[in-house]
Amino acid sequence: MSDETIVSSCSKTRNPFTGAEADAVSVKVEGLSKKFGSLAVLRNISFDVRPGEIFVIMGPSGSGKSVLLRHIAGLETPTSGRVTVDGLDPTLEETRDRVRLALVFQEGALFNSLSVYDNLALYPREHRSGGEKAIREKVLHALKILSLEKSADQFPSELSGGMKKRVSIARALVMEPQLLLYDEPTSELDPVMGATISEIIATLKQEYSVTSIVVTHDRELALTISTRVGILMAGKLISLGTPDDLKNTKEPRIVDFLNPKIDIEHPRFKVLETQDIT
Amino acid sequence: MKQINMVLEGAGSMVLLLVRAASYAGSLPRQWARFVEQCYLIGYTTLPIVAILSFFIGTVLALEAGYSMEGFGAKEFIGSLVGLSMARELGPMMTSVLLAGRVGSAITAELASMKVYHEVDALTTMNIPAAKILVLPRLAAALVMMPVLIIIANIVGWFGGSVVARYVSSVGISSESYFAALRHYTKFKDVMNGMAKAEVFGFVVVLVCCNIGLNTRGGPREIGAAVTRAVVVSLILILILDYFVTKLLM
Repeated sequence: MSDETIVSSCSKTRNPFTGAEADAVSVKVEGLSKKFGSLAVLRNISFDVRPGEIFVIMGPSGSGKSVLLRHIAGLETPTSGRVTVDGLDPTLEETRDRVRLALVFQEGALFNSLSVYDNLALYPREHRSGGEKAIREKVLHALKILSLEKSADQFPSELSGGMKKRVSIARALVMEPQLLLYDEPTSELDPVMGATISEIIATLKQEYSVTSIVVTHDRELALTISTRVGILMAGKLISLGTPDDLKNTKEPRIVDFLNPKIDIEHPRFKVLETQDIT
Repeated sequence: MKQINMVLEGAGSMVLLLVRAASYAGSLPRQWARFVEQCYLIGYTTLPIVAILSFFIGTVLALEAGYSMEGFGAKEFIGSLVGLSMARELGPMMTSVLLAGRVGSAITAELASMKVYHEVDALTTMNIPAAKILVLPRLAAALVMMPVLIIIANIVGWFGGSVVARYVSSVGISSESYFAALRHYTKFKDVMNGMAKAEVFGFVVVLVCCNIGLNTRGGPREIGAAVTRAVVVSLILILILDYFVTKLLM
């Protein structure tokens, strides 16, 4: 089955709570560049994310992955170029009214003054998505999907790193998103928890056909659950293809990045390559 | 030039934040719980320190007045001096200074840490404006609680003055003559002027502190710097506005 077929077969998003179908959204990044002062973080990046796919952005630390994701979420304005979500500018309030977009932050970004339950209930309450009873059902369902039923009354400070990530995903799920963005969802987690989170992302895509963009340097996650993978280095998109393309690539920078070697026979302080992003 | 730009930028973003918050004023009844929580923080928790401060301001005023008026044989006017000073100037001013130090710093610290740890970004992606749920309830609570704090500050200050007038031998006037002078010279208009001042100061302090908190970038160090900046800017604005509001109300 071709890549296009896989994507087109699931271009409708299914609401996790009501089962109602909506069009999955696409994302278009065109000639995107971003500078913070004199520091160029993103340089002329262009790619499309098709409706319903899991698009993974990989790259070494400091390559601009999270900044790219923040542009797609509408939290940053480009220095040049543009980002559109379903043809709309994500920085506008009207776009977020029309397209339900959720971002799972690297550190969770949970509201520390609210309990887990209230963190999840905030969005439906503020947007008046039903009465308190309907909101309660929705929140408890999301907590159940993420195996967090017992944590409803806990506060973020009482949760482990893995639980915070799951609460953050549950909070995103309650928003009934058409586009789900993940910033390093498996970082700082043990391998088992990392695999669990990867599986949750894949399940959300399979069950609800949400368009997902995942920023990560988790090789296993990228090669296992993604539809396509883009490699970002020093602010440039140097490769874009399927996980199989990535496995078979001969590009030395990507091979080195995906298969780092530890020279245990002759350990030494290596001179790290500096990022050329000025 | 850089400093002027910073001042203009700060003023601009403050006005913008105020306009944004005001545009959500209709949502206030649905934010009743948040509003009450802010009233509790701005009003109730500030009350003890306002009372203590006001009491001793009243006592010092009476003491100084007793010392300086003795030479004129005008000690019976101590009550009017304490009454007018508290109602028109020291009550609203010192309560606003306390508000900046106690509540304003807490507001900036909370909002700055929410900004630095991406909670404000999370609100943005949820399409829940920070101006609506973080700023509006605080501004509304400041408007409601400032007059309450001022009334209490005035009463406690006047009472503090009467204690000194009655029990300190160097002053030595009866409570009856102290309060008679206070009642005679301190008009309702004076008390209302003081309240109007306090409303302006309290509103500006909360707005400045919210604005600086929400514009914080960086890490924990910047949160501390933001708190310091918020308190300093608030104090400077209180003093500047004090002149203009006093002139306007004369």
